[in-house]
Amino acid sequence: MSLLIGTFTIGCILSLLALGVFISFRIFAFPDITADGSVTLGASVAATLLIHGVSPPLASLAGFLAGTLAGACTGTLHTRFKINPLLSGILVMTALYSVNLHVMGKSNVPLLSVNTLATQSEQIGVKIMRGATSFNLAGWDVTVRDASVLGAVALAVVVTGLLLYFFLHTNLGMAMRATGDNVQMIRALGVNDGNMIVFGLAISNGMVALSGALLAQYQGFADVGMGIGMVVWGLASVIIGEALVGTNQVGMTIIGAVMGSVLFRLLVAAALRWGLSPNDLKLITAGFVFCALIVPQFLRKKKLGSAHA
Amino acid sequence: MLEVRAVSKTFHPGTPNEVRSLRGVNLELAEGSWVIIIGTNGSGKSTLLNAVAGTFLVDDGKIRLAGRDVTRWPEHERAALIGRVFQNPFSGTSPSLTIRENLSLAARRGCGRGLGWGLNASLVARMRDEVSRLNMGLEDRLENAIGSLSGGQRQALTLLMATWLRPELLLLDEHTAALDPRSADLVIALTEHVIARDKLTTLMVTHSMHQAASLGDRLIMMHRGQIIHDFQGAAKRRLRPDDLLARFEEVRRAEQLDESAAQMLAEQYV
Repeated sequence: MSLLIGTFTIGCILSLLALGVFISFRIFAFPDITADGSVTLGASVAATLLIHGVSPPLASLAGFLAGTLAGACTGTLHTRFKINPLLSGILVMTALYSVNLHVMGKSNVPLLSVNTLATQSEQIGVKIMRGATSFNLAGWDVTVRDASVLGAVALAVVVTGLLLYFFLHTNLGMAMRATGDNVQMIRALGVNDGNMIVFGLAISNGMVALSGALLAQYQGFADVGMGIGMVVWGLASVIIGEALVGTNQVGMTIIGAVMGSVLFRLLVAAALRWGLSPNDLKLITAGFVFCALIVPQFLRKKKLGSAHA
Repeated sequence: MLEVRAVSKTFHPGTPNEVRSLRGVNLELAEGSWVIIIGTNGSGKSTLLNAVAGTFLVDDGKIRLAGRDVTRWPEHERAALIGRVFQNPFSGTSPSLTIRENLSLAARRGCGRGLGWGLNASLVARMRDEVSRLNMGLEDRLENAIGSLSGGQRQALTLLMATWLRPELLLLDEHTAALDPRSADLVIALTEHVIARDKLTTLMVTHSMHQAASLGDRLIMMHRGQIIHDFQGAAKRRLRPDDLLARFEEVRRAEQLDESAAQMLAEQYV
């Protein structure tokens, strides 16, 4: 049971990453590799601040802000200096590796003895349960620690999802969506499309970094290598989510990305339990995204083929 | 209103693909006039529209619009003064956004965009009203994505969007060329209605000699990046499609003459 709750918790935490990737990949069609570095940036900034005694919510917010800066850098490289989107992301991601090492001062920062969002939500959970450390849920023994952390993370995801939904329906949010859709039109309507991309990538990477900050607090350490492959992970979640909800409506795609992230984490946990070597995890993830990218094309061709016959 | 002074533009200068698209074009539009531009392929008519809209910055010359020198303004800043409809029906709308969202984007053309809610009740009421006047049955489908509409419907909506806030200048770039004849007639009727109602200053490029003869109060003909004819007032009203075809024929003959003359000279003297 503890394993299942843990899986859900990580799935929820990574759904913030999925939402960030959704903004860059789906709204702007911008393959933003910066996210691999922003996850670690959010984690390292939050971890370092926590060690220096900053309160956990503030440290997480600082992680978010650091991510927005990284995203704005990528956006500026692309729009001001006309560097190819993929290369802009790679440049910032590579630079972030050194930045992260500087922020942390070493390659791994343990958070076992400091106050984090996880310990704080546990304290609140224990207060609600009047001091009990575990309770019974439909015949399963659940520790209050696991349940309250999952509750807090789920709440964070719901709040972030709602904020994103509302944001995408403001004048600014709609202009951002239209920028990814049709640049010619949005310029003709008086919007500076370059600013939209910089701003959108800032929000995207802010959410990715927030996800990293939460992940570090949940697992109890920040590591310089924790961001590797995260973009592909987020993309897999977004693709699964789109298959689940099957529409392009903004609200549904946001829900889909969250569901996709949790489901993907569940699949991975099941595969690991059945004996998949953790070393193969990223290979399998990449293979999965590859399939998800080509299957729709393949189906379309087949459909066309049968229509001609 | 609009003043184009000695504007030149060369694309890919210094390469084998060099094209001198505009060669010292001069054009002055009075407030409320509707000018039709015709010309052969590659004559620079669309380039002239794009130069005014700011799609690129011109190499030489000045462009003044509504009393302001906009020569160095980027495209998105000029958009505060200009409404545009493109040849491609896909260019003027954002396919994955709904009809309402597209219109609300147009309702803030040239205004700042902040965190205000995009759709308010009074705006949606005006949308229903304006869209129902298109007689396309779209007023009940305001929440559908624009990508699901036909080219004619999209072009009608683009025209509505371009004129939602009264533009100082309306640019129409062969906006019916990609439509079927029935949709084209509908969009032209709508164009006439909107321009007359709001007394819009308009620059319209067209391929249709029929449209060129029947619409507008002034017609200019372009060739090789220059304006070669300018019909105004009574001269414009007398123009028939056949007259315009005759002018095109003249241009073609002159061109042939140039080529054969050059060939003769080459044979005799080289």
